Amino acid sequence: MTAPGETRVAIELTVNGRGRAVEVAAHHTLLEVLRDDLALTGTKECCLVGECGACTVSLDGRIVDSCLVLAVEADGGSVTTVEGLADGARLSRLQQAFLDRGAAQCGFCIPGQLMAAQDLLDRIADPTVAEVQEGLAGNLCRCAGYEQIVGAVLAAAGHADDTLLNGPASDPDAAR
Amino acid sequence: MTARVGGSPNRVGGIGRVTGGQAYVADIHLPGELHAKLVTLPVAHARVLGIDAAAARAVPGVHLVMSAADLPAPMPRFGPQYRDRPVLADGEITYHGQPVAAVAAESRDAAEAAAALVTVRYEELPAVTSVAAALAPGAPLVQDPSLRPGDPLAGTNVLREHRVGWGDVDSTPADVVVEGTWTFPMVTHFAIEPHAFIAAPDDGGIAVWSTIQHPNWLQRIIAGLTGLPLSRVRVFAPDPGGGFGGKQHAKYEPLVALMALRAGRPVRLVLSLEETFLAVRRAAAEVHVRTGLRLDGTLCFQDVRADYLIGAYVDIADRVVGKGSYLAAGPYRMPSARVVARPILSHTVPSTAFRGFGNPQVNWAVESNLDEAALRLGIDRLEIRLMNLARKGEAFIPWDTPADGDWAQVVRRAAELVGWDRPAVRGRGRGIAVGIKSGPTTGLSYSTVRLLADGSVVVYAGTSDMGQGARTVLAQIAGDELGAPLDWVTVVMGDTAVVPYDQQTSASRSTVLMGNAVLAACRDIQARLRAIAARVHGVDEAAIRVERGVAVLPDREIPIRELLGPGLGRLGGELIGVGETRLDAAPEHPLGGAPAFFEFNCTAIEAEVDEATGDVTLTRHVTVSDVGKAINPLQVRMQDEGAAIQGLGHTLMEHYILDDAGRIRNLGAIDYRIPTSMDLPVEMVSDFVENEDGPGPYGSKGMSEGALLCVSAAVAGAVRDAAGIRIRDLPLTPERVWRALRERDRDDSGAASGSEEHTEDDA
Repeated sequence: MTAPGETRVAIELTVNGRGRAVEVAAHHTLLEVLRDDLALTGTKECCLVGECGACTVSLDGRIVDSCLVLAVEADGGSVTTVEGLADGARLSRLQQAFLDRGAAQCGFCIPGQLMAAQDLLDRIADPTVAEVQEGLAGNLCRCAGYEQIVGAVLAAAGHADDTLLNGPASDPDAAR
Repeated sequence: MTARVGGSPNRVGGIGRVTGGQAYVADIHLPGELHAKLVTLPVAHARVLGIDAAAARAVPGVHLVMSAADLPAPMPRFGPQYRDRPVLADGEITYHGQPVAAVAAESRDAAEAAAALVTVRYEELPAVTSVAAALAPGAPLVQDPSLRPGDPLAGTNVLREHRVGWGDVDSTPADVVVEGTWTFPMVTHFAIEPHAFIAAPDDGGIAVWSTIQHPNWLQRIIAGLTGLPLSRVRVFAPDPGGGFGGKQHAKYEPLVALMALRAGRPVRLVLSLEETFLAVRRAAAEVHVRTGLRLDGTLCFQDVRADYLIGAYVDIADRVVGKGSYLAAGPYRMPSARVVARPILSHTVPSTAFRGFGNPQVNWAVESNLDEAALRLGIDRLEIRLMNLARKGEAFIPWDTPADGDWAQVVRRAAELVGWDRPAVRGRGRGIAVGIKSGPTTGLSYSTVRLLADGSVVVYAGTSDMGQGARTVLAQIAGDELGAPLDWVTVVMGDTAVVPYDQQTSASRSTVLMGNAVLAACRDIQARLRAIAARVHGVDEAAIRVERGVAVLPDREIPIRELLGPGLGRLGGELIGVGETRLDAAPEHPLGGAPAFFEFNCTAIEAEVDEATGDVTLTRHVTVSDVGKAINPLQVRMQDEGAAIQGLGHTLMEHYILDDAGRIRNLGAIDYRIPTSMDLPVEMVSDFVENEDGPGPYGSKGMSEGALLCVSAAVAGAVRDAAGIRIRDLPLTPERVWRALRERDRDDSGAASGSEEHTEDDA
């Protein structure tokens, strides 16, 4: 639906490895195009001012708040969203760590957390706790599952001290 | 993955949460849907003189502009306690953010453009936005007295006066009386998922999708407003992206439902984060405490006066005040107590339930006051708590549920984990506080459980899983009892046409009340399995037990799954169990019912204060809760740590800033800060006590609010210990701390500022 006075622009994106040609409203953000035009609703909308990180995606190899990027600015770019992390049904190492460590509570911030954490691990293979906390500082979690999120990132990095934060995963049968 | 109770399997629903596949309300789209946008005014209080929507209606794609004139007269109103909240402002705006009109259009852009073109003529009126202003003689009345017929207080801004107490405070002797006034700010829930609503005509009825915590309560509200029978109001409640109480009760669902019925098409409304600030918040409070003690630290009386600043409509705030202040005397042996708590109406956003439900406000005051008393008497702050704490079984409120846990064990554990018996590192201080909250006082939860022919299980439970992990806990209970691995259990929630009634998801009730309902449904199935085992194996039924996934016969054990084939026979089918948990009201009880359990927590903090900047750093945050039994220990830790950090928000950084006209000036994520990964305690230590002495499955108690209750007092106690300053107003922002440090430095004695002037001898 075209709104009054709206300019529409044809752009091309590579989204999660797949080429997409889409005609977008010139004033629409990458977030709006991902969610509304491409039906990739894994990327979340919350603050719309680049503070909460729920809309974090990777654009041409660096993470951005997709609420602050106009879709036309991303023309020709390569975007990875949370939907692009798994290999088919096989979760990425980081996703699996989030699952195993209980990092996701309500889950609404998790797509953004995952994108920011993956970016961090791409830059720093074996980060310290402080580096992870700093790397995720732009991603709010109101459930405040930060201990588990940081623990999951360290676990995905194969960090020797990842149990320091969460304790070892419990053995259900042993606990019975 | 095994479903055993006491283990920490991966979250049920976790895969959707790490792949982006989880569908929250805003992710759901219906064919032909219209997008709604609210029209609000930049005022807290105004008379509406006229609304001109012609320009808005002319915007291409606009389908509907609704204002009070388009709704029936008298204006339909709703609310969980009082039917006072209008669907749209009715001639008067009574808080900043109250919608005066709403637009529905073919696109979000068109709706937003049109909403900006709705012209409202209004006359701004004086707004009351503080307790003092609301109580001042001649203050404008926030609510028209006609909304509260027969109420003697209807001509004031005092909604009610809640009084609870025992003994005679005025004649109870005490060696010292320590007195102080403590304030708690307005804060907001800030769930990362903003509220979202969709309504659609549904073959003569209506379907509503909402981020709601209480789908059955919402169903009742919508049925009442539309005149439809409950069976024709179908509420879908997908797992909310965080609730914390802010999604308990109807907000804009009635508006969206009436718009959808008017338009004859689905209507969706997804709030912005700023709009959630204007929809939900926690009540601010001013709490005056007088604590009487003997010289040896024995408590004599607690005298508490708490004024909670609620909003323009009551929502659930009256209950928040009544229930939140009920335990103001604390978990202590207390010869006499007097608590007077008042919800004060104001021209502010209606306050509602928020994790802790009115308790954190009084806890901050009463526990901080106890710290001052201990310092005054020269008694250790841990010791004064331990010596007065009610012992298990003790009726610390004369008529009520006795202390239901070994609370001293919790306190000792927290003290041990913070190293209370060792001197703090130079420059650091320690604080300790306890918190108590009443669990649910009434409740009704039904569950249906189906054991399918292959041994897999479907559980129907009307609880909302907003992150607390109810889906996982309920799956563990059913899987363990019926012998199914966790990934063979499906938990169906959030559809009132399919799932049996549940009263609500609040007060940390679901593990206990819904958990017991699921357990009862499983027991129902187990009883059928006993009969099956007796028939198939020719054994007397009395000689058979069915429990934890197996049928125990005199000579062997048979897994339930192996019993099903021969038991169900050639037609197959399934076994259906039903369970119910009912916690009946007790009208003579001050809360309308006795608490099913108490949530008890002890928080101990070690902190340092930056003398140059006023910045407070927590070097260690210890939180220990009495959970009865941890059905899922990892989830218990996550809930407690999350509550602890949420408590740090209102303790150190969060508060609404209002201008003189009552407008909120720090809407949104830039100017209102919540804790990030950079604001965490250097060390977070969470632990829990399990004595299997709760009323829930396997001795569990409700938990997840406890760890928030006493954070403020523990942190402020540590700041006082570290820097010798006593701040009585939350949050403890760097500016406030810095100012207190300067004041301390000006004070020759170096004594804690403010502590002496609020203290008086004897009573």
